[in-house]
Amino acid sequence: MSKTDDKTASSGKPKSMTRRLLLISAAVVGGGLAVGAGYIQNKASRNKAFVLTPGKGEAAFGAWFTIDPNGIVTAMSPHQEMGQGIMSLVASLIAEELDASPAQMRVIQAPVNTAYSNATMLLDGLPFRPDDHGLLAEGARWTMRRILEAVGINATGGSSSTRNVIDAVQHAAAGARQLLLQAAAAKLAVPQGELSIDNGVIRHTSGKSVGFGDVATAAAGMPLNPGTPKPRSQYRLLGKTGMPRIDVPSKTDGSAQFGIDVRLPGQLYAAIRHSPVFGGTVKSVNFKDKSAAIKGTVTGKNFVAAIATSYFAAKQAVDAAQVVWDEGANANLNSADIFARYAKALDAGEGFVYEKRGDVSRPANGKTVKAEYRAPFLAHATMEPLNCTVLHTGSKCDIWCGNQAPLLIKWLAGKAAGLESEAIEVHTLMMGGGFGRKFEMDVINEAIEIARSMPNVPVQTIWSREEDMQHDFYRPAALGRFEATLDDKGMPQRWVTHIAGPSIMAQATARMAGMAGGGMPDKTNVEGATFLPYALPALEVRHSLVDAGVPVGFWRSVGHSFTAFFVESFIDECAAAAGQDPLTYRLALLAANADDPTAQRFAAVLQTAAKMAGWGAPVAPLAGHKVGRGIAVAESFHSIVAHVAEVAVDAKGAVKVTKVFSALDCGFALDPVNSRAQIRSGVHFGLTAALFGEIEIEKGRVKQSNFLDYQMLTLGSAPVVEVEIINSGAELGGLGEPGVPPIAPAVANAIAAATGNFLHKMPFNTAELLASGVA
Amino acid sequence: MELSINGKVQPIQSDPATPLLWVLRDELNLVGTKFGCGVRACGACTVLVDGAAQRSCLLPVSAVEGKKITTIEGLSPDRSHALQKAWIKHQVPQCGYCQSGFLMAASALLAANPRPTTEQINKSLSNICRCGTYDAMRAAIQDVVEGTV
Repeated sequence: MSKTDDKTASSGKPKSMTRRLLLISAAVVGGGLAVGAGYIQNKASRNKAFVLTPGKGEAAFGAWFTIDPNGIVTAMSPHQEMGQGIMSLVASLIAEELDASPAQMRVIQAPVNTAYSNATMLLDGLPFRPDDHGLLAEGARWTMRRILEAVGINATGGSSSTRNVIDAVQHAAAGARQLLLQAAAAKLAVPQGELSIDNGVIRHTSGKSVGFGDVATAAAGMPLNPGTPKPRSQYRLLGKTGMPRIDVPSKTDGSAQFGIDVRLPGQLYAAIRHSPVFGGTVKSVNFKDKSAAIKGTVTGKNFVAAIATSYFAAKQAVDAAQVVWDEGANANLNSADIFARYAKALDAGEGFVYEKRGDVSRPANGKTVKAEYRAPFLAHATMEPLNCTVLHTGSKCDIWCGNQAPLLIKWLAGKAAGLESEAIEVHTLMMGGGFGRKFEMDVINEAIEIARSMPNVPVQTIWSREEDMQHDFYRPAALGRFEATLDDKGMPQRWVTHIAGPSIMAQATARMAGMAGGGMPDKTNVEGATFLPYALPALEVRHSLVDAGVPVGFWRSVGHSFTAFFVESFIDECAAAAGQDPLTYRLALLAANADDPTAQRFAAVLQTAAKMAGWGAPVAPLAGHKVGRGIAVAESFHSIVAHVAEVAVDAKGAVKVTKVFSALDCGFALDPVNSRAQIRSGVHFGLTAALFGEIEIEKGRVKQSNFLDYQMLTLGSAPVVEVEIINSGAELGGLGEPGVPPIAPAVANAIAAATGNFLHKMPFNTAELLASGVA
Repeated sequence: MELSINGKVQPIQSDPATPLLWVLRDELNLVGTKFGCGVRACGACTVLVDGAAQRSCLLPVSAVEGKKITTIEGLSPDRSHALQKAWIKHQVPQCGYCQSGFLMAASALLAANPRPTTEQINKSLSNICRCGTYDAMRAAIQDVVEGTV
């Protein structure tokens, strides 16, 4: 086991928590939190467990949808919408089973109920390769499922939403289809076998027809049992054009409601300022702004806030406040020291071993390749700055916000609200981006504390962009050392990985579940660096836990966001040392594991992306630039993605990514249009990080503050991304995150191809390129 | 003070130094215009002032008195603007938060220059989209330019 940090050891918690508690806490914060009720209960009991309360004239079909007299089908999405398209996907699953018309489909956020919890994301948090169906892996999954069944947490993340809901939704909708047909047969007095459904109309062979609205009430009066979903070969929507996203029109006219758009009668606005130093506290505060617009002020442990009739007035008041901070233990923390601590841990060679096989001791002969890679802290920087609206009446607390875990809020907000969980109601709105930031309770607890100071008045707390960027739970900074020894054919015979950094799980269990989980292995530390399908006969993957005090959290693709850069860059360095083409080298490493289906899938996406890009042909020249092409592949969240990037580097070292070709294997793309959009989204998100992303710590503070110094990709700098889908038929994979990991190494490898310089540090710094002699 | 917003003249109570963004959002409940950065860097708050795209987060309302302001709510009454149709056709928005600003910036560009070059598009649409909807956005704008929506 890795060492726990000092704070954990002295926290006063009992040393031996029960295994059950530990597992629950691990589950609560595990690997991406796309929690829904999925596979943990059997389908029949799940559908019977909770039935929607229908509105007037509506008929309810279990937990999943209602039908109104006009035949409008309203689906319940257990998952929260942050741009990934999950709400429309849930509706399209139902539309497919019912043979409904896309025009009659609606979707709303499901009520906050354990019926909608799911285990999929949390099960992904277990440290096993996804296709490992061995005794230990399956046993652990079974145990975890049982525990999650009792917990029933509901959240969205880990690219798991579709995988989580598809089984239950399809079975329920298939069952409901039979009830609709049965009710229609009775109404038309014809045998059910002579009926079919065409675009939402139930037709008899005679030409007579009824709509869903005509028979929904009768159908819903009969017991709903799980039906048999259609085979994929009979899909009309799924896997083809899909269904247009239901939320899109509202996002073209300003009518889509995000958390920040909540407007309640008598609502006031709060602006907030946190201790600039992590862990600092308020010593004293003098609110100097006494203007009439200011309705109240709040002094929290680590923040001050002003409440006013507009956000602008509140912001001015909070900016004008004179605050003396106790900067606490982190006042001298800086990035250089943090990386020095990582390096020291790597030098010591200790830590937790996540994967090991064969003899990894350095042999006397053979060419040894070594590299050290570094990734910085990163902020989420969702376009919608953090906000939360709270109405606290003294006996009830209503919370409005975009969030990735409504049930978690209901459970965890009680302390701040001074109320039992039952008195807390969570209203989930659309998120202007989530990326993992909107699991966290900080913004919610503080908004509650602020609103409690003004009972019966709804208060919307908004963080400025600077607060949002400087008080995040960051993608952990990490340092990784890789060493491989090549045989006489250039193939790695031993492969040693050692990564140092903080544990997201350790911090998240402490802040969310109130327990110190610092001693647990944390899959996210090394995910993407373990269970590689390449033939690596002797291998060790080790991680040293070094937590310097910077808050860390789940950031789109989590550990994969840096491990893919490390691993896939190092593969190229090994290929170069072996004098081989990077694609050929990867395919050889995969061919040596040819009996592994994952290796075959890796090879297929690599070959597809390479073919799209014309791998092997010269890259189109660009005057004044060195051009190059790079390839990388990664499996994350059960999907496999390969990218080929083309870059142009000018004489000053400026990098332009000119084109990206992507191949995706998510098993089966239910909605190909949105699947491509999600992969493009991942490319742009990962490219932003690769080219620009860096949060630096100076004197315990975050140096960057806004988009001016935390740069984003724009239309002019974003490459065209072409995406091809391979429907391999493997188990379904996620889409929100898997496009992110391989783009950084694809670009790094392309820069290496163009300039001869391998990159070892994200973001890809122009000055560093210059120093290494590009110009 | 009075402001002309989406063809309607209305009285304003806010302090004249208040940025237009916060008057729109907090006084007039026109929440389609978004707060993203507060430093004119992201463009989520873009509106039209006398037809020209302006970032409203640092624009005092006193500076736009007597001018015609158009927000996303006024782009068309029924999503019938060619850009809105193209945005739906190409399924541009993901999270959607930045899209009002992009649509307003694009509408100002195309009104002034129906056949902009790629360079002109990139310069006028320097807004930030964190979801990376740029590919779909390019295709949608192309459709409007070609008149093929």
